[in-house]
Amino acid sequence: MALHRCAVVGVGQTHHTSCRGDVSIAGLVREAVDRALLDANMTLADIDAIVIGKAPDMLEGVMMPELWLTDSLAASGKPLFRVHTAGSVGGSTAIVAAQHVMSGLHKRVLTIAFEKQSDGNAMWALSVPLPFSMPVHAGAGGYFSPIVRSYIRRSGAPSHIGAMVAVKDRTNALKNPYAHLHEDHWTLEKAMESPMLWDPIRFVETCPSSDGAIALVLASEDVADKMPGKKAWVHSTAMRSEPTMFAGRNQVSPRAGEMCAEDVFHKAGITDPLKQIDAVEMYVPFSWFEPMWLENLGFAPKDQGWRFVEDGVTEMTGALPVNASGGVLSSNPIGASGMLRFGEAALQVMGKAGEHQIEGARTALGHAYGGGSQFFAMWVVGSEKN
Amino acid sequence: MADDILRIRTPIGIDYTWSSGPGSVVYMRGLENGKLIGRRCPACELVYFPPRNGICPRCGVLLAAEVEVGPRGTITTFCVVNVPFLGQTIKIPYVAATILLDGADIGMQHLIQECEAADVRMGMRVEPVWKDKSEWTPSLENIRYYKPTGEPDADFDVYARHL
Amino acid sequence: MRDVAIVAYIEGQNTSATTLSPVEMIVPVVHEILNRANVQRSDIDFWCHGSCDYMTGQPFSFVSAVDALGAWPPIMESHVEMDGAWALYEAWVKIQTGEANTALVFGNGKSSAGDMNRALTLQLDPYVVAPLWPGFRSLEAMGARAAIDAGTVTERQMADVVSRSLRDAADNPNVLAYGYRDADELLDEPMTANPLRAHDCPAMADGVAAIIMTTADRALEMCDRPAWIRGIDHRIDFQNLGLRDLSRSNSAALASYHAGVTKDKVDVAELHATYSHHEIILAQSMGIDRSTTRMMPSGGALVANPLMAAGLARFGQAARQIFKGNADRAVAHAAQGACLQQNIVAVLEGN
Repeated sequence: MALHRCAVVGVGQTHHTSCRGDVSIAGLVREAVDRALLDANMTLADIDAIVIGKAPDMLEGVMMPELWLTDSLAASGKPLFRVHTAGSVGGSTAIVAAQHVMSGLHKRVLTIAFEKQSDGNAMWALSVPLPFSMPVHAGAGGYFSPIVRSYIRRSGAPSHIGAMVAVKDRTNALKNPYAHLHEDHWTLEKAMESPMLWDPIRFVETCPSSDGAIALVLASEDVADKMPGKKAWVHSTAMRSEPTMFAGRNQVSPRAGEMCAEDVFHKAGITDPLKQIDAVEMYVPFSWFEPMWLENLGFAPKDQGWRFVEDGVTEMTGALPVNASGGVLSSNPIGASGMLRFGEAALQVMGKAGEHQIEGARTALGHAYGGGSQFFAMWVVGSEKN
Repeated sequence: MADDILRIRTPIGIDYTWSSGPGSVVYMRGLENGKLIGRRCPACELVYFPPRNGICPRCGVLLAAEVEVGPRGTITTFCVVNVPFLGQTIKIPYVAATILLDGADIGMQHLIQECEAADVRMGMRVEPVWKDKSEWTPSLENIRYYKPTGEPDADFDVYARHL
Repeated sequence: MRDVAIVAYIEGQNTSATTLSPVEMIVPVVHEILNRANVQRSDIDFWCHGSCDYMTGQPFSFVSAVDALGAWPPIMESHVEMDGAWALYEAWVKIQTGEANTALVFGNGKSSAGDMNRALTLQLDPYVVAPLWPGFRSLEAMGARAAIDAGTVTERQMADVVSRSLRDAADNPNVLAYGYRDADELLDEPMTANPLRAHDCPAMADGVAAIIMTTADRALEMCDRPAWIRGIDHRIDFQNLGLRDLSRSNSAALASYHAGVTKDKVDVAELHATYSHHEIILAQSMGIDRSTTRMMPSGGALVANPLMAAGLARFGQAARQIFKGNADRAVAHAAQGACLQQNIVAVLEGN
């Protein structure tokens, strides 16, 4: 339990798309920042400190881009901090920002995550070949597909589960104006016909490559209490890491993920997550990870996560709606994807998610992971103070 | 007209020197001589192949004794790659498998060939097909690919803890 | 605020071009610092790491560093794409939330892996400045020129800084530039990037620096004379060189003010001055009197500059002066970006 309370008082994001050729990296970032500030009824002058996260600098070819972004964020004279924890970075960044408030250090903190994949070549940047090794990998799909196969073998999940998740998330995305993919033609039947890219992962079960940014304004309790708008109170945050590969490592359900979930629920006073959590924004870049994370996070018993999917538990109308926003499967600006999960969770408990609002959501989980399923970042947010 | 310019190309080139580190020397010298040399962790006693950085990542200590592993192994899990991508040097579709070499405690990645992709199975026993000796370098690329041995598949229980 | 102290500092061997992999560089340093503080891995509540992908040329290069930590069972851990000094800051914030008490922070870099003068240029505006590949040293030379023209720095002062650093380097076995020369000799050397001479530029190194910090209840168990962090703050300036007065550093001045540097006498300062003129600009901006404060007893970053670790090393070296009883009040500083764009400052005290 941290010493001071922190609330999300502003959320802003860009429309995510494959190429925002009309704006520079700075322009993309400012679009999200300006929306978040407008939402919080603040200006940049009100901000005490800024915390920025993004995935590898090589994606855009700018080394430590926050140094350059200082100019467009009018951050001169302020503390500006840069986080990088692989795919979980958006989540970790929001957590580091929240800690600037939960420590009592600052009252108004702006946190930003972005990726402009179209400014570089992500497939190249993520597959730099190392000398003396065997180049068999084919991007992230090539890395995660064998793990999905292991899950299917272990759990006995039927082949259509991945397609079901994909259809659900793509359908949810139709209700989210910011989502990258707005595809209204998916049925389970059509999804099952989608080509196998990285067998057992089908094309429809993979995430797009997006340009996008998100920004959150975080405030201390005294500041938030004086604001009339809706806010999301940060009930708890947690991070855990483990090595990429070691003998005997459970890659399907990494221990770091389980521990992170136990910690974030414990600190938020949640004893029965399935009952007490109203909405989940989960980092699912390949659809099979939804049932896998349901188990890892403790929502579903071991090997039973896929049954939740099959029974519609994770649909918007189900008992545990997962990724009402459409999730990573519908928008993936890599470095921003984790913070989008955290921000969408906040929007749910603020009652500001628009068409993809889960009715009556009071407590929500934001989840992000990165590296070889080894870095985890999570937060629980609520409509009321904890 | 200047106001038409929305995008520019600015190629970036920096050369880097890459060190495998002394912890990998034994492994790489082994490959150069057609041998698969792993190393054992003195703390947990498990055998790493490749012995990346000469470290047991779980215990955070230097690996010790050299252990020859393989050459045969068991496919624990795999991916059938159907997507072309930049820099890929292998014809699609191909099977990228995690192979647990006999005597090792962690799987490594390699190709499976001489077998239809649809026939590759978890638990399948495989063996390496080496390049001609004259082409050997200190690289895992000395092994062209792995192919099925024809032995009966390993039981799931044997490799389940390596998934 | 909770009282937090630096209780242990270890740096790996600084070398001009190591053949060790980054993980192999980190492993012995982690072992050694745990021994130094007489703690186990399980005593560390939070780990934080600073490094940069463009130094190794590999995306996610920090991921393999987790292998060096023995992160099993899983650990609470984070990474900044910044000098290790900011990893220390993240850990300090984490301790202030009450969610951790003891943290191990480290920074590492292999400056020799690529052409850093070129790579660092990629920090600049990617659309209109970086494509010109100005070279990082040239930017720093512009900063020196601005300071000389403004009359705040002289070439003689710069030579004096280098001369003193070389003298101090004789007492530090972990440096790459040594051999005392007086200012006159140095001023006879040719310019390499006018007004910079070769010795005004840092001796680039491959290296690792690590620090353990903890709260009041355990600090004395781990260290006889802990270095208490009495103030810490970091600030940034605009990057665009045309928007700044390069003869001073506004962000260093602000960070120094908020860390409370001028509240009392400063016995020792370890400033992350990678070019000789930086020391003079920083001292002026931060309110440090170079005639009464012992400057960089380690020799500073001029004689060993392991990128991404060198800033944290200043924190460690300042803490060492407290550990040894050489100082009661020390200032630690780290910088990154072109021409002292971003600065972090801490005040360390022995009592």
